[in-house]
Amino acid sequence: MYRSWWKILAVILVIYSTVAGFLMPVPRLAILNETIRNLYFHVPMWFAMIVLFSISVWYSVRFLSTGAESDDVRAVESANAGIVFGLLGLITGALWAGYTWGEFWSFDPKQNFAAIAVLLYFAYFVLRNAIDEEQKRGKISAIYNIFAFPMMVVLLFVLPRLQDSLHPGNGGNPGFNSYDLDSRMRAVFYPACLGWILVGYWVYSLRFRLRILENKNIH
Amino acid sequence: MQLATQVKELVRKEMILEWRSKYAINGILLYVVSTVFVCFLSFVSIPDKITWNALFWIIMLFGSINGVSRSFLQESRGQQLYSYFLTSPAAILLSKMIYNVALMMFLTLVALGFYTLVFHYVPGDLLMFLVAVLLGSLSFSTIFTMVSAIASKAGNGGMLMAILSFPVIVPVLIMLIKLAKNAIDGLDRAVSMDEVSILVVINVLAVSVSLLLFPYLYRD
Repeated sequence: MYRSWWKILAVILVIYSTVAGFLMPVPRLAILNETIRNLYFHVPMWFAMIVLFSISVWYSVRFLSTGAESDDVRAVESANAGIVFGLLGLITGALWAGYTWGEFWSFDPKQNFAAIAVLLYFAYFVLRNAIDEEQKRGKISAIYNIFAFPMMVVLLFVLPRLQDSLHPGNGGNPGFNSYDLDSRMRAVFYPACLGWILVGYWVYSLRFRLRILENKNIH
Repeated sequence: MQLATQVKELVRKEMILEWRSKYAINGILLYVVSTVFVCFLSFVSIPDKITWNALFWIIMLFGSINGVSRSFLQESRGQQLYSYFLTSPAAILLSKMIYNVALMMFLTLVALGFYTLVFHYVPGDLLMFLVAVLLGSLSFSTIFTMVSAIASKAGNGGMLMAILSFPVIVPVLIMLIKLAKNAIDGLDRAVSMDEVSILVVINVLAVSVSLLLFPYLYRD
């Protein structure tokens, strides 16, 4: 029980944020209207993705110094889980954009950069598949992972700040800035973020344990 | 101090090797010239300055991928082992980067000259455009050098090189195209300072991360 408390917490938080996200009152903003509820589902995906990719880089760094197989498996499985959240973030965003901006993909800077960041991790998986030898694969892909991470940070956090985006809160669009993200929304938004991050971590730890068991059977 | 002499000697070695075969210089020059010529034949003239800019950067991108990817892919395993035995990994990486930066800057300037000649167009703020071009060849060289080191270790070079480098280079390319467009429109130089500083930061980041990581990469 003492080890599964955070899993229970994750389930409770995600259920709470889903139910409350649809039922709780939200502020009326022009253009956004009821679609503002997508904040509770779309944004937490990116937070979960960033956390998982950070875990991946952390274990890549550790793998370079220890060379332990488990560190490599941790790095690749957290990247695997992270990319699922990245794709979910793109999909929830595109669905929302389809109703709010009129098109599922309107080549908004944030959409493009997020897609490229996802591509970066697909390249990482292609690189892994290109190498057969295990130790070598772990080392080279860890190096690419660490090399690519700062570029992803630039893509996701620096470049979008320099351009106008259709996203709420950018370029004069009404958004979830500090003054309109009122306390009612915060009460759902923060638990949603925490809940999805925990779910992401759970998915990653399950995948990691499964891979370790599989590897044991092979050896 | 030892690092500096090692780097100097290695850069000299690269240059002598290049001078003997003149493979990279002639190859990339021919590539760029023929691509520009093909573009000229298909476009005849480019009235739209945005197309002019985009075309130039696409040609430069592929030219530098071809040019820089050779730096590690071309060396045989024995050659690599020999130089790793004699010098420090940082010196090898730095010398390749410096050599590639010099090579790419030279080739890009020649390419720009030919490009402006063929399409009869000179950007409004030529000095700023030159800054963009030089920053471009600098960032292409630093980033592609490291990626080519990774790709060469992974075995099958060319294909992997393209896959690994495109997502990494996109932020740089976006900044470069914006900077170059500002220069073409002849905007005030203060407007472009954001892009210039971000490009410098990306380069510093790329070089320092590569220097940290390369020692792990070269050990087999």
